[in-house]
Amino acid sequence: MSAVDAPAPDEVHDTEHEGHDHPSDKTYVKIAIILAILTAAEIATYPAEDALGSAVIPILLVLMVVKFWYVAAFFMHLKFDTRMFSWMFVSGIVFAVAVYVVTLLTFHFFV
Amino acid sequence: MADTTLTAPEAGYDPDHHMGEHATTTGISNNKLAMWVFLGSECMLFGGLISTYLLYKDRVPEGGITGRGENGVFDIPFTSISSFVLLMSSLTMVLALSAIQRADHRAFRTWVLTTALLGSTFIAGQVYEFTAFYREGLGFTTSIFSSAFYTLTGFHGVHVTVGIVMLLSLFVLSIRGRLASSRAEAVEIVGLYWHFVDIVWILIFTIVYLIP
Repeated sequence: MSAVDAPAPDEVHDTEHEGHDHPSDKTYVKIAIILAILTAAEIATYPAEDALGSAVIPILLVLMVVKFWYVAAFFMHLKFDTRMFSWMFVSGIVFAVAVYVVTLLTFHFFV
Repeated sequence: MADTTLTAPEAGYDPDHHMGEHATTTGISNNKLAMWVFLGSECMLFGGLISTYLLYKDRVPEGGITGRGENGVFDIPFTSISSFVLLMSSLTMVLALSAIQRADHRAFRTWVLTTALLGSTFIAGQVYEFTAFYREGLGFTTSIFSSAFYTLTGFHGVHVTVGIVMLLSLFVLSIRGRLASSRAEAVEIVGLYWHFVDIVWILIFTIVYLIP
């Protein structure tokens, strides 16, 4: 280990002073394993499309939302950071969904 | 500002520390807040692109090339592997952030470079996929479907490429000893962008490739 790589005593970072406590590396790996399982489940619906029938779309949408939540909550730390960041992001999502659902309705997409 | 050269014994020294985190009236970092506002606005961009794709995905001439179905060109197993690679790059990104926060620069460089390599693998896969589609006759102007598809996935690809450039910049800064753990927030902000790009692909992969 070179001198550049050696952590200086005053360099040890404590996330507590920022008002949040990020998960441990072990937790991150656990989340990644969960995401991998969910992705495998998504991919498994492809050969089983005929068997699943009309249930395939709701299943895929639920898996998509769950994966989205895991990444945003744990990897982007929304679960641990100040609520204002969550509001910023959720506002953008809600506004986008509202605007584009109206747009799709205008084009009779759901008919 | 005087030109500062960081030598090995000064590894923990941050020449730009005075430009680092400032106390704010909200108690929230302005830089992080700005990134979240930006990501909120990006939702509008990708929302527009996804909506456009949904509107025009069936606009294919009679007997023309589609994404899925009889004349479909999508290679779901291949795209699944690409998606998995990008998803795992989010793990390596948080491990890089965790490393810089505990001042483990060697681990940080390893993880950030791994993230950039995984991102590059994803982009290489996308280039291969686009080339294969083009050879099968699906060009950008072949149909309204193809235009919407290439625009959506291409925009995402550009975002990933920008992310890779940012990751490599962090790597170079670290190599040059200009990324002390007191500036870990810069890594966190790049990480937020990277995870967002991953999240967008989660949506695209499901909506474009998997939903029949």
